[in-house]
Amino acid sequence: MFANLDFDVIRRALPYLFYEGMTFTLTLTGLAALGGLIFGTAIALMRLSGFKILGRIAGVYVDFMRSLPLVLVIFWFYFLVPYIGQWLTGASRPISVGAFASSLITFIMFEAAYFSEIMRAGIQSISRGQPAAANALGLTYAQTMRYVVLPQAFRNMLPVLITQTIVLFQDTSLVYVLSITDFLGAASKVAQRDGRLVEMYLFAAVVYFTISSIASFGVRRLQARIAIIR
Amino acid sequence: MIEISHVNKWYSPTFQVLTDCTTSVNKGEVVVVCGPSGSGKSTLIKCVNALEPFQSGDISVDGTKVNDPKTDLPKLRSRVGMVFQHFELFPHLKIIENLCLAQQKVLGRSHDKAVAKGMQLLDRVGLNEQAQKFPAQLSGGQQQRVAIARALAMDPIVMLFDEPTSALDPEMVSEVLDVMVDLAREGMTMMVVTHEMGFARKVANRVIFMDRGEIVEDAPKDDFFGKTRSDRAQKFLSKILSH
Repeated sequence: MFANLDFDVIRRALPYLFYEGMTFTLTLTGLAALGGLIFGTAIALMRLSGFKILGRIAGVYVDFMRSLPLVLVIFWFYFLVPYIGQWLTGASRPISVGAFASSLITFIMFEAAYFSEIMRAGIQSISRGQPAAANALGLTYAQTMRYVVLPQAFRNMLPVLITQTIVLFQDTSLVYVLSITDFLGAASKVAQRDGRLVEMYLFAAVVYFTISSIASFGVRRLQARIAIIR
Repeated sequence: MIEISHVNKWYSPTFQVLTDCTTSVNKGEVVVVCGPSGSGKSTLIKCVNALEPFQSGDISVDGTKVNDPKTDLPKLRSRVGMVFQHFELFPHLKIIENLCLAQQKVLGRSHDKAVAKGMQLLDRVGLNEQAQKFPAQLSGGQQQRVAIARALAMDPIVMLFDEPTSALDPEMVSEVLDVMVDLAREGMTMMVVTHEMGFARKVANRVIFMDRGEIVEDAPKDDFFGKTRSDRAQKFLSKILSH
């Protein structure tokens, strides 16, 4: 059955696949993970704060984001962001945002919901005596979080955070609905241009599998190295 | 130095943990607080640096009212050293970093100054060789000595000890008490929640006995151990001194 396959098409498409496609995929993954972690941590702190209203707002946000399919949010946001921009800036016509910025904002907002739950669990895993000791030394709430609680929470949760980022790496392929050329999008374009669907999609699968596996392996190594000695 | 007057605290409308507690700790004084578990002694000492809120009454430290919403609590706490039952060293930081963190972030000392001060205090508690280790690599007694050094690094005007030896293995109790005795003899103002009556006999000026959230006994050491007046204090003492 492999007689009719032409794997040379992959070799010829490699520069395009990686320089265009993979660069986009990795950039989006990295920036979305970073943004999601920062906003997710802020949401987690809101949920754990003593202020009921803040916690409620954060809770509704997380529940809302987690109950929508990602594809829908990407699509929806792409068409909505220009109008939100217009409304915010008071411009006379919808702001043109571009597919990359739109998809990045979407992923950050979506991932923030998931990262916030991970960071919340991480913060709750720190015993109450730790912030008490930090407060007793005169550290403010912000200093206590920054120097004592969050570094420990982050380390405790690092394996889960990276696992979530691997899922994010795979999910970025959903930007195909915006006709963006990510890795899968690039593979798909070549496949259709050259009529080599089987080869290109097989290759794409192998690449996603390899990168995700290496990352998972890396998580285990890292876990052993940076875990807090207890 | 510490003025506690008519402090009441409720955990819920029907559960009162502190009832009309009034006492004081003068400059240079060592006051030991003892009592059965659940008597509110830990809660009381945590009210002194506002780690626990209370609903009525007043506490002031060096003239600053702890329960005044306008009080800069971090600033006040930075001058009140506290040692916890479970040490509460920061496990992700090395020993020397544990000592430097608040010096640099709260007092604004330079890194070099903070390290010098930290090393000097580690030397004092006999642990300067452990400076580059992490807390979990030390024994309980060593960790508690580091915790005392960490509090002293802030140059506190008063030290609070919340059952500093209760979580230690018996053979490690004395190394911690030795450090505390030295501190007391140097004239540090101390409020100590403990069951170590030997420590109280050695260095305390006054002993406070609490039961069910009330201060039952507040007497000079010799009076307390000599002619204990209340039945409850007598019962408590006979229980912990009989072995």
